[in-house]
Amino acid sequence: MRVGVVVFPGSNCDRDLAVAFKAAGADVTMVWHKDTALPTGLDMIGVPGGFSFGDYLRCGAIAAQSPICRAVVDHANSGGYVFGVCNGFQILTETGLLPGALLRNANLKYICKTIPLTVENADSAYTSGYSKGEQVMFPIAHHDGNYTADADTVARLEDGGRVAFRYSENPNGSTADIAGIFSKNRRVLGMMPHPERAADARHGGTDGQALFRALVSAMQDA
Amino acid sequence: MKARVTVMLKNGVLDPQGEAVHHALDALGFDGVNGVRQGKVIMLDLAETDAAVAEKTVGKMCEKLLANTVIESYSIEIL
Repeated sequence: MRVGVVVFPGSNCDRDLAVAFKAAGADVTMVWHKDTALPTGLDMIGVPGGFSFGDYLRCGAIAAQSPICRAVVDHANSGGYVFGVCNGFQILTETGLLPGALLRNANLKYICKTIPLTVENADSAYTSGYSKGEQVMFPIAHHDGNYTADADTVARLEDGGRVAFRYSENPNGSTADIAGIFSKNRRVLGMMPHPERAADARHGGTDGQALFRALVSAMQDA
Repeated sequence: MKARVTVMLKNGVLDPQGEAVHHALDALGFDGVNGVRQGKVIMLDLAETDAAVAEKTVGKMCEKLLANTVIESYSIEIL
């Protein structure tokens, strides 16, 4: 499995994401935001967490207009896998690949702690290593993770099995406790919590390993 | 020609920052504030000299970048 992890100015989880993919057995290439094309032969694009472009204007707004993001959108639209974590999730909503938006946390605080999530849908390349309803512990570290979408969009996500993860105890005011959502074909996943920061015993938790291993195994079988 | 773009969270979208400012105003004794919404103002200095063309162009800028129309509304004033 070949993964490209996009690096923006201000990304700070790009290496964490690369390390987690490598540990699961993937080949990882870092991709610079000014590149206009992705390396050929990539199975998966990782859009990492951080504070791309200093969160200027809106979180993810400037990154979403960067040259590489046009290639990432094309990759997704032609059926490719794209995984956005934290700022990466914000970027994916700004590109329109995922619906809704991430607003300032309801309590206005930056929240950095490990929290319980419920796996809502285990029927995807990302979540097949878990079972539906399983509880996992992932860290969150964000100021703008309050997922918002209109009622029709939320109903569409719920009906289509597109809620991947839900907060067991809603930390940020997200609509319907949504922590991560899939695209319609479940090949694009955006989530605020960080599975890549719970992928090594030295992180203090390993619940994220199953996600990266499931992806590598899905791509090898493909 | 200059343009002023005002971006606000749409009505119905919770604005916790506006709420916090509201509480702070209450704490300072400013009674009678029924609501606070916080947004942003973006000033553009444009080469365009035709106001109608400028407004149309700035509208495109808002749709593509300056506002996230999922959660925000915008208004444009040509100055």
